Amino acid sequence: MNIFEAIRIAMRALAANKLRSILTMLGIIIGVGAVIALMSIGRGVEKYVTDQFAGLGSNLLFVAPGNLSDGPPRLRQTAVKALTMGDVVAISESGRVPEVRSAAAEYQTFGTVARNGKDLTVQVSATTPNYTEVRNWNTTIGNYFTQADFDERQRVILLGADAYKELFPNGEYPIDQTIQLNDLNFRVIGVMESKGGGPGGNLDKSAFLPLTTGQDRLFKKKTVNGQYELSVIYASVENADHMDAAQQQITELMRERRGIKYLAQDDFSIISQNDIISVFGDILGALTIFLGAIAAISLLVGGIGIMNIMLVSVTERTREIGLRKAVGAKRADVLLQFLIEAVTLAVVGGVIGILLGWGMAFGVSTAFDAFDAVVGVDAVLTSLIFSMAVGLFFGIYPAYRASRLNPIDALRYE
Amino acid sequence: MAESKNGDDSVPVVSLRDIKKIYQMGDVEVQALNGVDLDIWPAEMIAIMGPSGSGKSTLMNVIGCLDVPTHGIYEIDGQNVSRMKDDDLAAIRCRKIGFVFQNFNLLARTTALANVELPLVYAGVSGSERRKRAVESLNMVGLGDRLHHKPNELSGGQQQRVAIARALINRPSMILADEPTGNLDTKTSIEIMELFQRLNLERGITVVFVTHNPETADFVERVVRIRDGVIESDQRRPATAGIHHTRHELEVASHALAATPAEAEMIARVTA
Repeated sequence: MNIFEAIRIAMRALAANKLRSILTMLGIIIGVGAVIALMSIGRGVEKYVTDQFAGLGSNLLFVAPGNLSDGPPRLRQTAVKALTMGDVVAISESGRVPEVRSAAAEYQTFGTVARNGKDLTVQVSATTPNYTEVRNWNTTIGNYFTQADFDERQRVILLGADAYKELFPNGEYPIDQTIQLNDLNFRVIGVMESKGGGPGGNLDKSAFLPLTTGQDRLFKKKTVNGQYELSVIYASVENADHMDAAQQQITELMRERRGIKYLAQDDFSIISQNDIISVFGDILGALTIFLGAIAAISLLVGGIGIMNIMLVSVTERTREIGLRKAVGAKRADVLLQFLIEAVTLAVVGGVIGILLGWGMAFGVSTAFDAFDAVVGVDAVLTSLIFSMAVGLFFGIYPAYRASRLNPIDALRYE
Repeated sequence: MAESKNGDDSVPVVSLRDIKKIYQMGDVEVQALNGVDLDIWPAEMIAIMGPSGSGKSTLMNVIGCLDVPTHGIYEIDGQNVSRMKDDDLAAIRCRKIGFVFQNFNLLARTTALANVELPLVYAGVSGSERRKRAVESLNMVGLGDRLHHKPNELSGGQQQRVAIARALINRPSMILADEPTGNLDTKTSIEIMELFQRLNLERGITVVFVTHNPETADFVERVVRIRDGVIESDQRRPATAGIHHTRHELEVASHALAATPAEAEMIARVTA
């Protein structure tokens, strides 16, 4: 008897008990479906996050006040000491950090922009003129403000892509139009290209202005020394291979500037894109282990279900087995027949599970168009191989029992 | 030689020499067969009879290669099978023996054709060849018009005919029929017995009945009675029922006229 014959017989036997076959497959269907769906959604999220941070530029270091490893701001033990323009100048111009090509400063807050009676809450970024260059972010209309604008504290503003769309719903040319930011008139000089939603809010629902203008007219928060505060310093590193060296150099410089004693903890943080991605990687890694556990448990339960039903099936079909043996079936023929039945149950369940998971992933991608859930070939193959393995493992004992039946007793079985 | 119609072949289909079968039941040894000697010759039609507990079923299992004797030599067509392992016995059953059971033992939800094909599946015969031979076989038992019926769509007699067709398909050395009419009414029983007689007459197929039904004995020309694990009597006399009394005419007729199995069957039907 060849294998195709065995598959044909197995399919016929399963088709004879459709409801029972489906119920038996349910464990595998749910397990594989959940894993495929969550795996592809997880992968979509991972890709989305990676893309977001990759957009920041791989050679970028963020310097932020406070030690992030202490936990969320309210639980921090170290006092938050602000960053200032002095730090920016020290990083970029002192020669202490040769790896850094340039450093940009940003102060972030929220503000209200308004035009023709229409207003909108946006993230306001007050920056140095080299901000676009350091962050690798271009304008679609106009240009970023210049050093002259910065020095003269000009009231010029650039809008994020979404903010532009909302304030200029008819797509009017925005250059030299006047808008209000927190009731102050600003002249629009450009529109930034779209970056999409990113960490820390929608970067497109934003407005950009010179740091000097902002500090002078809008937000007057100062340190005890009378200097203006910064939210974050971006340091662009010359060579992406020297990120660690640059990070080390900035750390030393900052510790010195802030008078932190030997062995005392940093009261600032330096983060690279890789740090952020690796944090997400850790989260996704934990998620993957969790998914693996779900998959293992559901496949185990599904496998036990298959074994149970195969044992029932062998008992029910004792006479059939006896007859098959009487007309010449060898042990291996009977073993193969029942083994293939178990494997078919598991693999058909796996295939239905894959389709189900695929459907769910597709549904989620369609519902949230921010990311695409991609069902990987590897996930599909792994699911199929595991289903098959479960069928083999849990099918072998019932099949062995069937193959060992004595035809005399089996034929007499009532 | 199994196909031979003459009883004078030198090699018997079944040759049992001092066959003993001992079962261990708990602490007690049960001697089911206690030295059986028996030869069954090609084209014989024989009934093995005996009350329950006589060892009749055990003898059938041994003859049918479903079990091996504890002691003694069993040869089928001269081939010693008395010490064979399970899988080798399965191969012998597949090639040499056609089984017919009291309760038909057809696969449910499976067409007559597929049921008849079953032994060929294990003999490794290709699909098209299987189908061709199954159709032939069903024609032989007069079910050529019921190929695609399932067992639950057939009468008891028809089901038993399907089982006989299945037994015939491997062109076995013998058909071993275990109470083949036990589940059938009298009229159908006679039809089935006459079918066996025709197959025996026209095709020289050796048929071994295992039965406790005395009426079955009337259809055969040799009756072996077994009691307490030994052969009590082995008796040959002309059959008194069915179509055996026309044997000579039929032989002549089928030899002269039957070019095809269907024609032979037609002749047989007319003469019956």
